[in-house]
Amino acid sequence: MKRVLIVVALLAFPTAQARAEGDPARGQEIYESRCIACHSPDANRVGPMHRGVFGRKAGSLPGYAYSKALKGADFVWNDETLDRWLTNPQAFVPGQKMNFKVTKAEDRTDLIAYLKTLR
Amino acid sequence: MSKLETADTTIIRPTSELDLGRRQMFRVAGMTTLSAAAIAVLGGCRSMAATPMASEGDVNTLNVALGLEHEAINAYQLGAESGLLQKPVLDVAVQFQSHHKQHRDALVAAIKSMGGAPVAEKSMDDYAKELNAGALKSQADVLTLAAKLEKGAANAYLGVIPSFESKDLAQVAGRLAADETMHWTVLASALKQALPEKALTFGA
Repeated sequence: MKRVLIVVALLAFPTAQARAEGDPARGQEIYESRCIACHSPDANRVGPMHRGVFGRKAGSLPGYAYSKALKGADFVWNDETLDRWLTNPQAFVPGQKMNFKVTKAEDRTDLIAYLKTLR
Repeated sequence: MSKLETADTTIIRPTSELDLGRRQMFRVAGMTTLSAAAIAVLGGCRSMAATPMASEGDVNTLNVALGLEHEAINAYQLGAESGLLQKPVLDVAVQFQSHHKQHRDALVAAIKSMGGAPVAEKSMDDYAKELNAGALKSQADVLTLAAKLEKGAANAYLGVIPSFESKDLAQVAGRLAADETMHWTVLASALKQALPEKALTFGA
């Protein structure tokens, strides 16, 4: 019985690992459905462009009119900050202007995985 | 060169624009009182008597919506001026653009009535660059871009509903999403795209 459980755990490991890291392909689907109204990878539109966002200082992209709140923010976009932002941008940076929440953790993880590919 | 500006004559201007004297705006501890006029402008119903509270966040969200409407108006303008749209598709595009102009006018009036500053429209060149209009080579290209923007807008409006402090504004966002969904449905049909197999695909 113990051996069976170990085998099952080993089989499940790749899936669990993929989930933890996020699925960038699914993240792109979500991006093109929910984010595309305001954002593009390569153009500042209603929202700022996203290429290079991972690892970039918040509110620092030239040529985009950020809210005062985000312009004055002092953090870098990484797994943690992107997750907090997508969960509830107003709670994370009061006074920001996005106000679009991604409520499911799985969706956020996949979106962040996609954003990481925009280098 | 096709011009969509003829659609202007069909726009029904928000009645509250003629009623500036009756607008009142109160600021209390950083909160803005959303006037009944603002709700009436956005809801298209002057009989709405409620005076709910709206936060500055609500004003910010309306301004993001206004940015979307500016972009949509210019996207249809770019499509029309491209010469790629043939009748009757062009006529439908003109009608959809007029809807977006009505959204814009209502949002501008509401933002002003709430004490906010409406976000300005960019230049046509800016929109052309941002939307990569140079890549549009056929009517299908124009419709595909329009469908993508309309679906995105529907999802955006649905997505901000939970963030509104004012339930009336949340309802208005739902009504705007319905307009965008209507546009997407027509465009998807013109492109012979299959309807979603599953239900509840919007806003998810």
